[in-house]
Amino acid sequence: MAQTINKTVKALVITGFGLNCERETAYAFQLAGAEPAQVHLSDILAGDRSLGEFHILAFIGGFAFGDHLGAATVFANRLKYRLRRELEQFVADGRLIIGICNGFQTIARLGLVPALEGSRFEPQIALAPNSHGVFRDAWVMLRADPASPCVFTRGIDLLPLPIRHGEGRFVPRDRDVLQSIRTAHLAPVRYVDPESGAPTDEYPHNPNGSVDAIAGVCDLSGRVFGLMPHPEAYLSPFNHPHWTRQKLNGVLPPEGLGLRVFRNAVAFARDNLL
Amino acid sequence: MHYRLEIQTRTGIEDPRGAQVKKQILDFLGLPVCRVRVRDVYTLFLEAPRERVEEILAAFANPVIQDAAIGESSPVPAFHWLIAVGFRPGVTDNVARSARSAVADVLGRALAPDEELYTSTEYLIEGAELDRAGAEEIAGGLLANELIQSTLVLSRAQWEKDGIPINAPRVTDPTPPEVRTVDLGVADEELVRISREGVLALTLDEMKAIQQYFREAAPARRQLGLPEWPTDVELEAIAQTWSEHCKHKIFNAKIDYLDRVTGERRTIDSLFKTFIRRSTDEISRRVDWLLSVFHDNAGVIRFNDRLNLVYKVETHNSPTALDPYGGAITGIVGVNRDPLGTGKGAELLINVWGYCFGSPFTPAEAVPEGLFHPRRLRDQVHKGVIDGGNQSGIPYAVGWEYFDHRYLGKPLVYCGTVGLLPREINAEPAETKSIRPGDLAVMVGGRIGKDGIHGATFSSEELHRDSPVQAVQIGDPITQKKMADFLIEARDRGLYRFITDNGAGGLSSSLGEMSRECGGCDIELANAPLKYAGLQPWEILLSEAQERMSLAVAPEHIDEFMKLARRREVEATVLGNFTDSGRFTVRFQERIVASLDLDFLHDGLPQLQLHAEWRPPRHPEPTIPENLDLGRALCDLMGRLNICSGEAKARQYDHEVKGLSVVKPYVGVGNDVASDAAVLAVGRPDSLEGVILAAGVAPRYSDIDPYHMMASVIDLAIRRTIAVGGRLGHMAGLDNFCWPDPVAGPKNPEGAFKLAQLVRANQALYDYTTAFGVPCISGKDSMKNDSTVGGRKISIPPTVLFSTIARMSDIRKAVTLDVKRYGDFLYVLGTTGRELGGSEFFAMLDAVGNTVPRVDADAAKDLYERVARATDRGLCHSLHTPALGGLGAALARKAMGGRLGLEVDLACVPTVMVGMTPVEILFSESNARFLATVPENRSRQFEELFDGAPFARIGRVTLDPVLVVRWGGTPLCRVSVADLLAAYTGTLDWE
Repeated sequence: MAQTINKTVKALVITGFGLNCERETAYAFQLAGAEPAQVHLSDILAGDRSLGEFHILAFIGGFAFGDHLGAATVFANRLKYRLRRELEQFVADGRLIIGICNGFQTIARLGLVPALEGSRFEPQIALAPNSHGVFRDAWVMLRADPASPCVFTRGIDLLPLPIRHGEGRFVPRDRDVLQSIRTAHLAPVRYVDPESGAPTDEYPHNPNGSVDAIAGVCDLSGRVFGLMPHPEAYLSPFNHPHWTRQKLNGVLPPEGLGLRVFRNAVAFARDNLL
Repeated sequence: MHYRLEIQTRTGIEDPRGAQVKKQILDFLGLPVCRVRVRDVYTLFLEAPRERVEEILAAFANPVIQDAAIGESSPVPAFHWLIAVGFRPGVTDNVARSARSAVADVLGRALAPDEELYTSTEYLIEGAELDRAGAEEIAGGLLANELIQSTLVLSRAQWEKDGIPINAPRVTDPTPPEVRTVDLGVADEELVRISREGVLALTLDEMKAIQQYFREAAPARRQLGLPEWPTDVELEAIAQTWSEHCKHKIFNAKIDYLDRVTGERRTIDSLFKTFIRRSTDEISRRVDWLLSVFHDNAGVIRFNDRLNLVYKVETHNSPTALDPYGGAITGIVGVNRDPLGTGKGAELLINVWGYCFGSPFTPAEAVPEGLFHPRRLRDQVHKGVIDGGNQSGIPYAVGWEYFDHRYLGKPLVYCGTVGLLPREINAEPAETKSIRPGDLAVMVGGRIGKDGIHGATFSSEELHRDSPVQAVQIGDPITQKKMADFLIEARDRGLYRFITDNGAGGLSSSLGEMSRECGGCDIELANAPLKYAGLQPWEILLSEAQERMSLAVAPEHIDEFMKLARRREVEATVLGNFTDSGRFTVRFQERIVASLDLDFLHDGLPQLQLHAEWRPPRHPEPTIPENLDLGRALCDLMGRLNICSGEAKARQYDHEVKGLSVVKPYVGVGNDVASDAAVLAVGRPDSLEGVILAAGVAPRYSDIDPYHMMASVIDLAIRRTIAVGGRLGHMAGLDNFCWPDPVAGPKNPEGAFKLAQLVRANQALYDYTTAFGVPCISGKDSMKNDSTVGGRKISIPPTVLFSTIARMSDIRKAVTLDVKRYGDFLYVLGTTGRELGGSEFFAMLDAVGNTVPRVDADAAKDLYERVARATDRGLCHSLHTPALGGLGAALARKAMGGRLGLEVDLACVPTVMVGMTPVEILFSESNARFLATVPENRSRQFEELFDGAPFARIGRVTLDPVLVVRWGGTPLCRVSVADLLAAYTGTLDWE
């Protein structure tokens, strides 16, 4: 029995302070075969639970501290001052981190992605206010970069997902950062025109004005990944805005396509971290 | 030490905030500006050296995209005017609260109470042509609401001379707490004056009932050391408990109703009991899924064998009229607390919203002074509900807007929330709760300030110029989210026994109501956590400061409860305990300041006696222009405010969080056509069981007869549910009445008529909810929606929002309205009558007319059963129910949704009477109709289902995206889908 438990991939979903996608993110890991735990950040900071118990860590969507001083600012600051060493160890151990939406803003702010030259806890990229100036909820089309080291996007080509944010415009610190991201294929997903399949600067397909149509960024190991769109919001095929047409045309997928991101993570963890 | 921290977008980085302010100045105010920069300023009074403050600054600012400085940044950007906007003293500052958390994390210690943090925003405006008056207009007319915010306008020269003053809106000069006695041993006119000047909103009869109570209670009071006459704490508590808002005096009044047409005269003893409650009682004998109706904060229905659903819709009109953003955000986070405080506490699942405004295109000079322009009001209301809902992580499912010039005086802001309760919590039914004497009275959540004092009595008053500033609250979604997460955790661990929310009336209302459960309470106001000093005891009791719940916690659980609260950074305070003394006892610094008999407090209110008189209005019939260009008319109709797309605003509301969305608010190929209703999965994201939410409003039908308005909105919400694949049977309703003052008086000569309108609407509610078997499980009324600001009385049209919630056993059967395959047959189901009274088409001709749409419930039910069979068998590729704009608008929506064309022969449409013209058929708003498209190979099966019911095949879907309408062989119009879309999306296109 003990052996079975050891062979289970364990995923940590950190909750609290205004985060709000814990249920569906935990359920995504469960569907993908992992054992998820939703743990309040205050219980981790108090030492009741430890990052070391887990193979995968998810920073989820929401409005931590209301995004009051800018997206994820207060939350990332708390992690930097009170959980830095544990996070560094987690990354050094080669475990997986995914940051979705507010979670991407958090790990970008913490400098966990792209972490060029191994430099962490100083941001190299930002998720700035959307060009249109307002929050937007809409489905977008992503295309994955097959040459990316990202373990979460393996085998994925086109991926429709919803975005829901007011601050998602990818901005690199400078030209060198952008160039390094391109060269090392650290932008695993880009916003594309659904007709042409090509990355686009055009609104609404590029929904926030992201530089180089970049929707997500990973580190050099490919094990730390953040993205603005929400894969956990497409677990059921009936989440897609056009599912009634897909059904009619016989192309309704058996499960939500967002689940593939979590299946990739759990499979990788099973093969490499157990 | 005092520090000024300044953060702005780095030069060279796109600044959407500044760009948006500039656009608004140009679009709304038409003032000459060429550039606007925005910066955030934090004023810190902190015991820390500059090095630590530099660390704080680094934590606040994002070095990739922002510049930050301590003091004023240099180099100084070019500007002609600097406008600083901060909060007035005591106003909730949510950003400052979060900033304090960040400062504490950096310093590694909690901040002392005298270490202060204030936020402000500074706008640096370039515009050589802009004069001081223009800059002041930007400050007061766009950037700030001067009711809650302070503004400072500095010219470049002033700034160079004196710099920017420190922003520190402290609450100063606290008055020492004092309990006054109010002498009620006075003449009647004096009683009236006391009520009016104290904003108590009590009538003379009510004041006399209070006078009488205290006369009789005098001996007992002496023994407690209380004065003969009430303390201000007592009088305020009574006024709050007896407010229209809390007691629904008009809905519980004895009404003498006279119908001038039939001569019929009847006495109605409570509209609520006679019509609403009675309908639900009758239906409850036939269904087994009604669990808790009317008595708790929200209604509860069974969903399946594991889950219950909770639903409540509220209005938040008066505060929104004063502070649109703050009022609206309070509206949504306030109604969230209703499900949270229902039964043992429900998780928050789905939000809904709907607003009635004056036209955003109203000329500025037509807006009475002292009122917000409806465009600004609308923008701010949306922003408030967007922030409130998104930050709480609750998706919205249904949202709508309705425009009429009569909402200029008072907007209507409806917000609702669906909650999810397990069937059982700790082996008890989750919809039940109890209190035992000895349980502790605990307040959880935010602190108490002067926010919203007299909200309950104020919302029962008409709006006038000196409406109290204190009646405004500002919601803080994050404080509430933290509290809600904590409460669900505490609930599942069985740490409390009873929960309810603090809304209108504050602690007075919540603890007063809770006292009835066990027979009394004894609380100490000095224990209550305050935002700042200077609150009087009665203000602590009545404050409507937000984000608070009241609980009963058993003594054996209090330690664990408080420990969990501290861990979750949620403030919880024991205020006292519950008793069985039969009294509502309040102390301040140990001295008893209120001791009221619960029977009197809750049941001592004399019943209101009112007179209603119905005389149906007659309106001129419009002349329909001969040779009307039908295509042009249809495009104009699609662009009208009440039909056009609201997507630009709606996309700013999260509707996907929780991953449950199945039929979204906007549907079709372009995801840009408003859906009839929303479908969401319930339970896990991949659950196949779901819920359908729909809503109906039709205020203009009230201009003819509110009876048929009510019938129509009930039918509309129901058939919208049917149109996405629902069925009757497991469907409940919510009624939200918003009325102009129906109590006759010298200033309100129309009162008896408005009351008759209310009676008629209630009669229809009873008739149609029983006929359809859709019981109301919760409702709300807002009865004084009049405004006399600017010397003009503006009253809203009688407005009812009818909302439905229905179980869907298999979400895979859901249908959307957009046509999907060319060649599919187009059917109309149901009959069309000459019912253009109150229609959008008549409104386009500046007319009302008289033939208001009616509902034949028997025919409708038969039709809905057949439609449900068709969707269950998957026969419809698309399905849609016409509403405003009739078949014409519905055809347009179907074609736009599919980006395909339709060929329609109007001569085939089944009509009630012969001789209807194409215009009448196209634009009549008859109820109980659908448009369906069905593949040819299933058309026979489909037609068999409707055998014996009124229906017809009227055309088919075409590849060419053009709506072609014929009468037999005669062409009537051809409109391209592109033109329809341009009209539909072009009216409300700003974000």
